[in-house]
Amino acid sequence: MSAARDAILGRIRAALGDAPAEAPVPRSFRRAGTADRAALIAGFAEKASAYRVRVELCGAAEVAATAARLLGERGHVRLAVPAGLPAGFAPEGFDLVPDEGLDRATLSAVDGVITACACAIAQTGTIVLDHGAGQGRRALTLLPDYHLCIVEAGRIVDLVPEAVARMEPAVKAGRPLTFISGPSATSDIELSRVEGVHGPRTLDVIVVRDA
Amino acid sequence: MSTDTPVHEGPGILVERPFPAAARDALKDAQLRRNIGKATTTIRAKRRNAVAEMPDWEALRDAGYAIKRDALRRLDENLLKLDASVTAAGGTVHWARDGAEANRIVGDILAGHGAEEVLKIKSLTTDETGLNGALEARGIDAIETDLAEVIVQKGGDRSSHILVPAIHRNRAEIRAIFKRELPDTDDLTDDPKALTAAARRYLREKFMTVPCAVSGANFAVAETGSVAIFESEGNGRMCLTLPRVLITVMGIEKVVPRWDDMAAFLQLLPRSSTAERMNPYNSVWSGTRAGEGPEEFHLVLLDNGRTAVLADEAARDTLNCIRCSACLNICPVYERTGGRAYGSTYPGPIGAILTPQLDPSAEAATLPFASSLCGACYEVCPVKIDIPRILVHLRSKANAAKGTTGEALAMAAMARVFGSERLYALAQRAVAVGQRPFVRDGQIRALPGPLAGWTAMRDLAPVPKQSFRGWWAERKR
Repeated sequence: MSAARDAILGRIRAALGDAPAEAPVPRSFRRAGTADRAALIAGFAEKASAYRVRVELCGAAEVAATAARLLGERGHVRLAVPAGLPAGFAPEGFDLVPDEGLDRATLSAVDGVITACACAIAQTGTIVLDHGAGQGRRALTLLPDYHLCIVEAGRIVDLVPEAVARMEPAVKAGRPLTFISGPSATSDIELSRVEGVHGPRTLDVIVVRDA
Repeated sequence: MSTDTPVHEGPGILVERPFPAAARDALKDAQLRRNIGKATTTIRAKRRNAVAEMPDWEALRDAGYAIKRDALRRLDENLLKLDASVTAAGGTVHWARDGAEANRIVGDILAGHGAEEVLKIKSLTTDETGLNGALEARGIDAIETDLAEVIVQKGGDRSSHILVPAIHRNRAEIRAIFKRELPDTDDLTDDPKALTAAARRYLREKFMTVPCAVSGANFAVAETGSVAIFESEGNGRMCLTLPRVLITVMGIEKVVPRWDDMAAFLQLLPRSSTAERMNPYNSVWSGTRAGEGPEEFHLVLLDNGRTAVLADEAARDTLNCIRCSACLNICPVYERTGGRAYGSTYPGPIGAILTPQLDPSAEAATLPFASSLCGACYEVCPVKIDIPRILVHLRSKANAAKGTTGEALAMAAMARVFGSERLYALAQRAVAVGQRPFVRDGQIRALPGPLAGWTAMRDLAPVPKQSFRGWWAERKR
């Protein structure tokens, strides 16, 4: 094993020889946006909708009621929830199953899952999970067929590089990340887009304007 | 060229026929040409829109190019750092000099777990090493989980595109394959939704039960030991999350130094490949983590000829490639022949430069000639690989290897004619007369002898009766 390592490193060093160092990497692309909060919310909603995500806006006091309305319209009753989901996010009158190591069969059988997110990106309509409090482990947002994600507006950044910077501490702490842009999709058959291959077939998002 | 194509089990880099012969066969398949032409036209338009949205696209390309150049310039350092950070995060790192060694490492790990089946995320690298065939020889069944790979695997043929491998199949063909190969498909229609649902049912059961998985990698970050997979369907997330054991095989050129480098590639790759602002799922993980994902993680670092590419300064940028496939979709040659004619895991313009560098056969050496040198591939490349320049470099290497050829002699004769005004005028008059027997309806459709190669693929406009120089001389009189 280390023989292979030494051989490969030797080949690399021979290949590079005394080639001169590269010039410093230019990073003159946009690092930060200038949009205000209203524009960030509008941008995120527009871009997420383009992936057929349903986006609802509400105030901090109305999150649970908005979630309840959405779930009612979808006909979903039994939802898995991660540890650390803010109390105000939990809709009343639903069967909420806390994820305390739920097995795969149970996760596959619930109607859906409700989570928060670590950040969201207006430029692309992406939500980012670092699987910390309120977001659950990776399997939680993968096996159920429906995902309701609650995005506090203060977590929306404008551009992809801002999200990368914001997630740096999580990555350096060894946390996994999942970037989600719309529901699972494939274009493998004649490039016609079909939603819902293996992940959730439906993604709804509630943006909390004043949080 | 239909469903009876033999199963491809060997390594993906094994060009069996010279490109001109393979291309001639592909050109006869009208269905294939229609399928590919439709797909590439669609995705080209989508990509143009996705890129037009970005005012800083050129700055992103410059950054992407420079990050890769710099990462490769310090490849030894970056790989050692990656090895250390993955190990610190609870993973195990293996090094493989070639495909056979990588396959052996993966097979040994799986055999150690008594695996009879292994889930696979679409991976060009394991296709390049012929992993599926190597595992089969050890009694381990590799189950592809990407929808297109399922179509290709169950249809018993090989990929024709690095992003959408089943681009050469239409819905009727896919329905026929699924009806034959998947359970409970008696009432299957050819609606893409129904076809996708059938694959979902078949694969769900596999995801829930098979304990080992193999993936490739889009990027690895040296400083954090993170590995990233970009995908659409969620089959990747399934394989990265549910199995107990995960083995990732990556080419050594995929390593970047810092997490911050992802700021560029998270923008460049999705818009160039699927032509979306972002692809549906990107997963990033570092080693193992209690209660989260696989309990055992192996990272296999594969050379398999990459260090030889690194050694050729004129072709080194080939290793910048992030496998987006924009160059395939824009290429007039690819559009007409499809991917299988290239005989390799890596088709299209990038394949025409990468394959002959990884596979030293005479058949692979024909690939740099599979191009019109129109330059479109360079313009769309998100990491600014000057593919036309590398094509020309590899052509001259191939010609030098062939020694003195008829073509070289003809070129030398041409050089003499073009170098002398008297010879040139003589030749012009000779051709104007000599071509007469071959002109039909103002076109030359077939030339005799050694010149037949030129007209095999195209018509030739005849030399006009009067040359410009002759006309000019007359006019002055």
